[in-house]
Amino acid sequence: MSILGTRVVRIEDPRLLTAGGTYVDDLRVPELQGAARVTFVRSPHAHALITGVDASTALAASGVVAVLTYQDINDIPPPPPPPEGGPPPGSEAAPLPMGGVWQEPLLAVDRVRFVGEPVAVVLTDDTYQGEDAAELVSVDYEPLPAVVDPADALAGQTLLFPDAGSNLPVTIGKPADGAAFDGCDVVVERDIVNQRVAPVPMEGRATAASWADGKLTVWVSSQNPAISRFVLAGAFGLDPDSIRVVVPDVGGGFGAKIAVDRDAIIVAWAARHTGRPVRWVETRSENLTGMTHGRAQWHTVKIGGNRDGRVLAYRLEVVQDTGAYPRMSGFLPTLTSLMAVGPYDIAHVETAARVVVTNTTPISAYRGAGRPEATAAIERAMDLFAAEIAMDPAEVRRRNMVPADNFPHQTPCGAHYDSGDYAGALDKVLAGADYAGLRAEQARRRERGDVVQLGIGVASYVEITAADADAGETARLVVGGDGTATVYTGSSSTGQGHDTAWSMLVQSELGIPMDKVTVLHGDTDAIPLGTGSHASRSLQLGGVAVHNAAVEVKDQARRLAADMMEASEADLELDADRGLWHVRGDPESGRTWADVAGHAGQEGLVAAVHFTEAQPTFPFGTHLAVTEVDTETGKVTLLRHVTVDDAGIVVNPVLTEGQRHGGIAQGAAQALLEEMVYDAHGNPLTGTLADYAAISATELPSFELLESETPTPINPLGVKGIGEAGTIGATPAVQNSVIDAVSHLGVRHVDMPTTPARVWAAISEARDSQ
Amino acid sequence: MIPAPFTYQRATSVDEALDLAADGGEDAKFLAGGHSLLPLMKLRLAVPTVLVDIGRLGELSFVRDEDGHIAVGALTSHHDVVNSALLRRELPLLAHAASQVGDPQIRHRGTIGGSLAHADPAGDLPAVVLALDATLVARGPSGTREISAADFFTGLFETALEPGELLTEIRIPKPGTAGWSFQKFTKRAIDWAIVGAAVQGDQVALVHMGSTPLRAAAVERALADGAAPPEAAARAAEGTSPPDDINADGGYRAHLARVLVGRGLAESRSRSGQGHT
Amino acid sequence: MIVNGATVEAEVADRTLLVHFLRDVAGLTATNVGCDTTSCGACTVLLDGQSVKSCTVLAAQADGREVTTVEGLAAGDGQLHPVQRAFQAEHGLQCGFCTPGMVMATVSLLAENPRPTEEQVRTGLEGNLCRCTGYHNIVRAVLAAAGGAEGQESR
Repeated sequence: MSILGTRVVRIEDPRLLTAGGTYVDDLRVPELQGAARVTFVRSPHAHALITGVDASTALAASGVVAVLTYQDINDIPPPPPPPEGGPPPGSEAAPLPMGGVWQEPLLAVDRVRFVGEPVAVVLTDDTYQGEDAAELVSVDYEPLPAVVDPADALAGQTLLFPDAGSNLPVTIGKPADGAAFDGCDVVVERDIVNQRVAPVPMEGRATAASWADGKLTVWVSSQNPAISRFVLAGAFGLDPDSIRVVVPDVGGGFGAKIAVDRDAIIVAWAARHTGRPVRWVETRSENLTGMTHGRAQWHTVKIGGNRDGRVLAYRLEVVQDTGAYPRMSGFLPTLTSLMAVGPYDIAHVETAARVVVTNTTPISAYRGAGRPEATAAIERAMDLFAAEIAMDPAEVRRRNMVPADNFPHQTPCGAHYDSGDYAGALDKVLAGADYAGLRAEQARRRERGDVVQLGIGVASYVEITAADADAGETARLVVGGDGTATVYTGSSSTGQGHDTAWSMLVQSELGIPMDKVTVLHGDTDAIPLGTGSHASRSLQLGGVAVHNAAVEVKDQARRLAADMMEASEADLELDADRGLWHVRGDPESGRTWADVAGHAGQEGLVAAVHFTEAQPTFPFGTHLAVTEVDTETGKVTLLRHVTVDDAGIVVNPVLTEGQRHGGIAQGAAQALLEEMVYDAHGNPLTGTLADYAAISATELPSFELLESETPTPINPLGVKGIGEAGTIGATPAVQNSVIDAVSHLGVRHVDMPTTPARVWAAISEARDSQ
Repeated sequence: MIPAPFTYQRATSVDEALDLAADGGEDAKFLAGGHSLLPLMKLRLAVPTVLVDIGRLGELSFVRDEDGHIAVGALTSHHDVVNSALLRRELPLLAHAASQVGDPQIRHRGTIGGSLAHADPAGDLPAVVLALDATLVARGPSGTREISAADFFTGLFETALEPGELLTEIRIPKPGTAGWSFQKFTKRAIDWAIVGAAVQGDQVALVHMGSTPLRAAAVERALADGAAPPEAAARAAEGTSPPDDINADGGYRAHLARVLVGRGLAESRSRSGQGHT
Repeated sequence: MIVNGATVEAEVADRTLLVHFLRDVAGLTATNVGCDTTSCGACTVLLDGQSVKSCTVLAAQADGREVTTVEGLAAGDGQLHPVQRAFQAEHGLQCGFCTPGMVMATVSLLAENPRPTEEQVRTGLEGNLCRCTGYHNIVRAVLAAAGGAEGQESR
């Protein structure tokens, strides 16, 4: 009886619950003994020239070891020129800054382009001194006009990169086809905003570094240890073999801790430059302006179809605000364009995108990375279309979905969907939520004219996981002479529970019990090659790599056991329940894993795998949100949230549910509450957790998760990625439900977040125009 | 994240606290629960050089029935205010409002005196003591004095307390009418009120409709003139100057004030005469 | 200061925050700092049995008092505290960073309200942010620790 698919509590937990995790700030390793604390001096201006830096007072302060600016950077090579013919493509795994005229420096040279940009670093004996000393560093600024609104960026009156000639680093897509919407009975066009949000992992960014005996060791809160090593090697012009990256426990990443960022590289450089070990742990205020933000896309959606509910044409235009530096090039809107059509079969789909720089925090991946934006756009468009033709929004979706017998399915956007049952997911959710009952309750309240109205929002989605399937993942499995197994995985958990899942995979295949399996990750000395965890790739690449390594170990073991027992391989059986090799029909003839591995030699049984998939996989689902809106105040309450999130075969329902819950919460948070707000001068107005409305337990209900497993043929376990799906489905379902609650009052759209003020304004405006 | 350096001194009596504060001069501040002051100091928005810790002056933590009024010691924690059987019986508006301050951890440390002395117009308790016509008792180098709530809140984060003067007690007359309501409107439960209304009978005070808590004077006048609660509530924003911020502009706040006062009056009336909460 | 039953004594700067005293002087690093505006609750410990945010308490204010951190919850023989057991059983943690504070807030919540409703649990944890779990399983864990996940059918 395989352990796969059963509920297994996490093996990570006892340590986390008693001694607590060991995050970068908790490390007490000998190499960091006496480490100096790093405190950044950051720009308070969104856009300014730097005319002088005076560190003399700071240098005289207590405990100050050094104050470093760009002028001290004399020991690393300049960045490489961009390749001939255009900007580098950028990717999620290695979001390299665009070079050339868009180059982002390490420490600011002669200008700053966002509030929070690093200008200097102060090294002190302890943290408290660091805050004191940083205040004493005097920087002279000449403020420049700030560009905050993407429309202003496009107008180009003020350029962030004068040598670039514009604020537009990337343009993709084609101009609109004038005839695309001919033949549609109904066409709806709307501008909608997918607002800037902050990832807010509970642990902010943190890096420690030590340079000793020609080797640089960097401890970093990251999602990608191996890639980080190569990024650092490139940044410093060092041989990767002289760098060791260690990723300890990480307190959440959500895409914003992919590899290492600019500030981490500065910290590593400071260790190398001063010869003193250093540690940097950012404050939450630093995090809210210094860690990359997510989303920030401005959409124009145009949807056309007939009154029978069939959508014939859809166009999505995106303006991606990428913040002050185009760190991800065109990567995010490229994914948005790839997934623009969602789960629907629409004959004519067009996408186009422009990336603009603004004087704000740079944008990067955040749970979903381009796909929540695509889904939010088409799911709003479907509701707008449904309202226009006065058809039930769930029915409109059903009429346009790719049928379940139509897979694999090539979309007009260029994606190759592997497997899916979109209408099945929709129907399951509608039944599970009692859609008819909800509509009846809504009708009753509308009839009575209740102050508190009910809204029902539906969102159906398909999402792309392991978008970098060809980068694959590594696994090395060792079964030792003591019968225990050690897994060296290139995946890098930031809370997902890989130790538990990978141990389950080993137990399932080999019969070595989980408590005899150790999973190691995060140290490039032990695991030099791997990709890491982002793009919901870990299970289908890292987990399958573990599985495949186990299969290889099993094959090796079979040969050895046959030799030991003087039997033929064909006559041997592995009793996976007991971890015993025996001759078929003679269970007592068994050899244990310890026996067989001992026979293999000193190293034991070893298999090393680099598993790649032929293509990404495409989880899918439907979310249904039920909200109440107080029509006198605009206040929104999320009452229920029902979902199907089908990511193929489920290895451990406990872990899958946890990912769905967390994803739903972040998705709902974007719809209801969260937004990074800047004023016209580029000053962040939501720079602390008192102002940035990170969602708490009181704003959320318990979620209703329904089960659905549609396997993928793309990998031997039939698994897809669940990490981001919940977020992708939740945001539009919640947004749609809020609008649905007041649609009878004439409201057709409310931009996110649907704060009381926004909802009230929409109600008032609709009322005034009637 | 870290306060600027300061000298910490712990007082073992009220007199000692006053002496230490006097010695500390202009840059000395009293430290009670610290949950208004320390957050400001950690962001270096406040940089006192001397902190006089009065947190262990147990004699300032009490709730007493004193013949016509309830006396609450300034150092009574929000948690103790919430759980006081006496307050729940006699001043449910105060006991309930205290349960809305911050979160459970904050309520274990924060004190009623600290909140009132901090005088945040978005805070819950200043409006409540204003609605209840409380008298605040202060002790300073020149002795003890009483300040009416109406005179206590003088501006944004400003009170009538002189430097070196310590709030010791809040005296609240037992209300004539049993009905009460506390309407706190927020985006998230943890947030400061976007707007709030504290109602005790026909006395109404507003949270976050100006630089100080404000009595809704136009509402009270209308009620006194015999207006029905909905008509009176329509006047809730008169005489107020609601701020604009990222959560709401002045116009939306004014609208909320009218709605919340209307709901507060309705709830208060449904409670009155029941003799319990 | 008595921390988890053991006396810890040191001379520290007046402005030392209790959370830093616990982490750097007492060497108890399970309690984490997650924000700088007393918003997130990751630093929650018990001070004389009541939950407090240790980032907003001076070490000096806790002088002579009793402090309990998550490291002090398990019994001497290593047996997990019922709240710790419930958090594992219900998958109430993922990255673990908010967990020590969440667990201590829960201990205090249940001490004051031994049989909370789901709504009371959610309100009782309004001062503790989590980014990974969506709170769903944390609520289940608290209700389980209270001795009965009444009516908790949903997963």
